[in-house]
Amino acid sequence: MTPTSNAIGDYAAIGDGRSVALVGRDGSIDWLCWPRFDSPSLFGRILDPSAGHWRIAPVAPSRTERHYIENTNVLQTRFDTGTGSLVLTDLMPVASEKEKERLLLPEREILRLIECERGEVEIEWSFEPRPGYGLGTTAVRRAGQLGFRAQTGMGLLTLRTDLPADYSDGRIGGRARLSAGAAAYSSLTFAADGPAALPPLGEWSRAALDRTVHWWQSWVASARYDGPCREAVIRSALALKLMVYAPSGAVVAAPTTSLPERIGGPHNWDYRFCWLRDASLTVRALTGLGYMDEAHAFVNWLLHATRLTRPELRVLYDVYGNPPPDERTLDRLSGYQGSRPVRVGNLAVDQRQLDVYGEVIDAVAHFVQAGGSLDRETQGVLRSWGEYICRHWDEPDEGIWEPRSGRANHTHSRVLSWVALDRLLQLHAKDHVRWAPAAKLAENRDAIRRQVETRAWNPALESYVAEQDGDRLDATLLLLAWYGFEPPDSERMDKTYRRVRERLGAGDGLLYRFNADTPGEGAFGICSFWAAEYLALGGGTAEEARGLFERLCRYANDVGLFAEEIDPGTGAALGNFPQAFTHVGLINAALTLSRRLEGETPMPRQMPEKREETESGQARV
Amino acid sequence: MNSRDWLLWSFVATLALTTVLAGSQGLRLTRINLPYLVGTMFTPNRERAKLVGFLGHLVNGWIFSLVYVAIFHAWGRATWWTGAAIGAGHALFVLTVGMSLLPSLHPRMATEQKGPTVTRQLEPPGFLALNYGYQTPLSVLLAHMIYGAILGAFYTLPAA
Repeated sequence: MTPTSNAIGDYAAIGDGRSVALVGRDGSIDWLCWPRFDSPSLFGRILDPSAGHWRIAPVAPSRTERHYIENTNVLQTRFDTGTGSLVLTDLMPVASEKEKERLLLPEREILRLIECERGEVEIEWSFEPRPGYGLGTTAVRRAGQLGFRAQTGMGLLTLRTDLPADYSDGRIGGRARLSAGAAAYSSLTFAADGPAALPPLGEWSRAALDRTVHWWQSWVASARYDGPCREAVIRSALALKLMVYAPSGAVVAAPTTSLPERIGGPHNWDYRFCWLRDASLTVRALTGLGYMDEAHAFVNWLLHATRLTRPELRVLYDVYGNPPPDERTLDRLSGYQGSRPVRVGNLAVDQRQLDVYGEVIDAVAHFVQAGGSLDRETQGVLRSWGEYICRHWDEPDEGIWEPRSGRANHTHSRVLSWVALDRLLQLHAKDHVRWAPAAKLAENRDAIRRQVETRAWNPALESYVAEQDGDRLDATLLLLAWYGFEPPDSERMDKTYRRVRERLGAGDGLLYRFNADTPGEGAFGICSFWAAEYLALGGGTAEEARGLFERLCRYANDVGLFAEEIDPGTGAALGNFPQAFTHVGLINAALTLSRRLEGETPMPRQMPEKREETESGQARV
Repeated sequence: MNSRDWLLWSFVATLALTTVLAGSQGLRLTRINLPYLVGTMFTPNRERAKLVGFLGHLVNGWIFSLVYVAIFHAWGRATWWTGAAIGAGHALFVLTVGMSLLPSLHPRMATEQKGPTVTRQLEPPGFLALNYGYQTPLSVLLAHMIYGAILGAFYTLPAA
């Protein structure tokens, strides 16, 4: 068992709105958690050579090219060898509600279609499921026409394939020679319910592929965007959609754990949970593209998830609104390219991050701006959050970057507290939130502004700074214009932007997130896009913004995906992958730039009048 | 026959049987989901199958309990342990004869010999329903014994 030679950017993601698998350029699925994002992995070779994989690839050396089928999350990898060409199509089948009415479908499935396009190609495949992050053992047994079966703690895995299979010591694999025009099919399914649904191969697999392609293309067809780099924006939307847990509407930050921020380093975190901040930003990006269903689902999830802790918000939740498991390290795993420890669970759950309230309320305000409406319960929840901020905005917190070194008075958290109260007042002014204590909210909002303008502005540096009365810089300062706290063309914003570029610039338009003592940390994807968006908002010319935006888009991998960070030296992806935060930054920058290029207000903030209520008296979100 | 007791306690016993099996599934002792298994006879839709199957299962519970009641009458007594004994026999019948016949009775169930087809994609139960997990026979046995014990304990034979 050899460790993966794939770089993080050598992976592509496939998914079904419940889980995601990472497929390497070498045809190996090296990451899969079933039945949901935060379940223990079945394939984890990306974190340890013995943690399981499923590989199908030519025996002979090959040149590899890959792409998603247009406007889908169906991946095609083309292997060109000296003797012929092979196309491997990987997908997790999805189906519309109507199709689910008439078809018996497995709970989870990965489908792999292999087609020889030219000449003759000998392929080799191997299948080694290792449940429980590779720490558990499972017996795979041959079950005749029913395929190969492995009972795991979570449910039954069934592999069915029409490839020749050798079976020994629980390892399954084999070799086959395919000639031009020949095809082979492999299907891996998961069932927690008995009896399991076992889809047949062949034409049925083709039908599943067609259904899945049609489903994704229909979803993309409703996107409203015709600005620059449309392909990158649509790919980002598709990547974000992969991170929406369809049954609940929660949005996970990334589908992986412990892909390192620095190769060989210890900054390896589990991102398979729903951070309210990231989810709010994701929903806002999807709303901007016209996806109201996802916004609906998220707001409903938000109301459900936060019910037990209101008015306090946790920083993160699992996909059903429960606290994530305690953080622990898996010391038997060697980590991605030796980056240890591998962590599961996330300690940040116990942190206090006051900016979350502003992010969530701002996402709801965008939802209303886009045509959504709020029922009485939602209005009450928003009011309680506003009151909470009035009581606590002047207290230290861990802030957006979740340092484990303690609390501070973060400017970003203060500004987001201002955003929370400002948006609530806007919603109240248009009657979307009734009976709000407007005078109290306004008084606190103005007090926050006064404090930020005096204590977060460093006259010696001529810049806003990351902490009150401090002298450190932080890329979140670029958001002051985005949130409407400072006009983008104000002297203070202009100077802050220049200082941020000077201190945090990583070359070629990239930005670090802060001046922390974390040598080797990469440039932060979303921060770089914040700079492009700041220019698009009015901090620079439209052409400057467009130039930077297009340059940043080129840092995506060959299938258009971003990790959390970018190595400024090599352009390599670093950190968990794919990362919602970075794709959110790309989409938001694109939307702002597009409006600027079309001569519209780059960041419209007009709150619409409240619509007529439904007969029941409530227009529910 | 005491119709009121029969209707009430067979309903309660069926709920208890369903709960024990659902609990066994939750504890990962078995994957068998009886409502889903029964419901997929009528619809392929997963969620609807569970609802339809649950209702069908309740009706089955009433029908099967008639056999229990008939045996109570034949023996002239109804106690928890006679009920549990009948339940054990019932479970053995289900696990052996019932499960082996299931692929022939279920319109969407594949067979071990042919494997899944376009119309038959559900995994067959196999001997003693072991395909649904090694603890399945025990779970099924326990659930049916509880079903029988409830009927036996609470069904009152009419005075002669």
